[in-house]
Amino acid sequence: MIADKEIKNMSAATKPRPKYYEFNLAHMWPPAVLSIFHRVSGALLFFPLLPLALWILQSSLGSEEGWARWRDVFASPLAKILALGATWCLAHHFFAGIRYLVLDMHFFTGKAAARATALAVFALGAIATLVVAGLLW
Amino acid sequence: MTHGYAKDPVGAHYGTGNWLVQRITALVMAAYIAIAVPYALWRAPASHAQWKALFAGGFFRLATMLFLASLIWHAWIGMRDILIDYVHHYAMRLATQAAVAIVLAFYVAWSFSILWGR
Repeated sequence: MIADKEIKNMSAATKPRPKYYEFNLAHMWPPAVLSIFHRVSGALLFFPLLPLALWILQSSLGSEEGWARWRDVFASPLAKILALGATWCLAHHFFAGIRYLVLDMHFFTGKAAARATALAVFALGAIATLVVAGLLW
Repeated sequence: MTHGYAKDPVGAHYGTGNWLVQRITALVMAAYIAIAVPYALWRAPASHAQWKALFAGGFFRLATMLFLASLIWHAWIGMRDILIDYVHHYAMRLATQAAVAIVLAFYVAWSFSILWGR
């Protein structure tokens, strides 16, 4: 009977299907890496960077001592390096987001163009981080 | 380019609304970064008094609040998407989404208190 055969086949198909995940960023094409970094940088901007930024804004505006404390903190090389990490998160999220807005308008949607714009976003993120590094040092 | 469907996909189109809000809030933040941040860098506050004076201006304070409100709304949609993707246990998803929503609502109040609280 055809029905029985189909049921048999279906039960055979319930075996766990093999999954192949590619986790190596170096093996992905640039737009995929851009997308993953967009998500990771966004999550980092939510935590810890947003509450940290609000705290810095509050205490630096709140009192002379608060302003002086953060000025001293940002004089240290470690704080500057962390600030550069934060800058890269913001810059990458910003430029990758602009790229998504451009894609929404159906520009640069071809494979070669998508790769080129992704590489441009990585370059702009690096340039923005270097500019801030120049301002900090 | 055509995107034809035989019939309208069901639903209340909340997803479309979130998609649009994510982009509008992004543009508000991009405008702040393009206008208000260079303005602040140009003022180059070098003391607490100058830093306070920058925020004493009604425009800058209002623009900063608009930026923070956009950021918080944008963060809600983004974090909700992330939690929906990775947290499949229903109670866990509800709990984490509620935690994010409460924290972000607190940030709205905190932003107001920072900018207008003194």
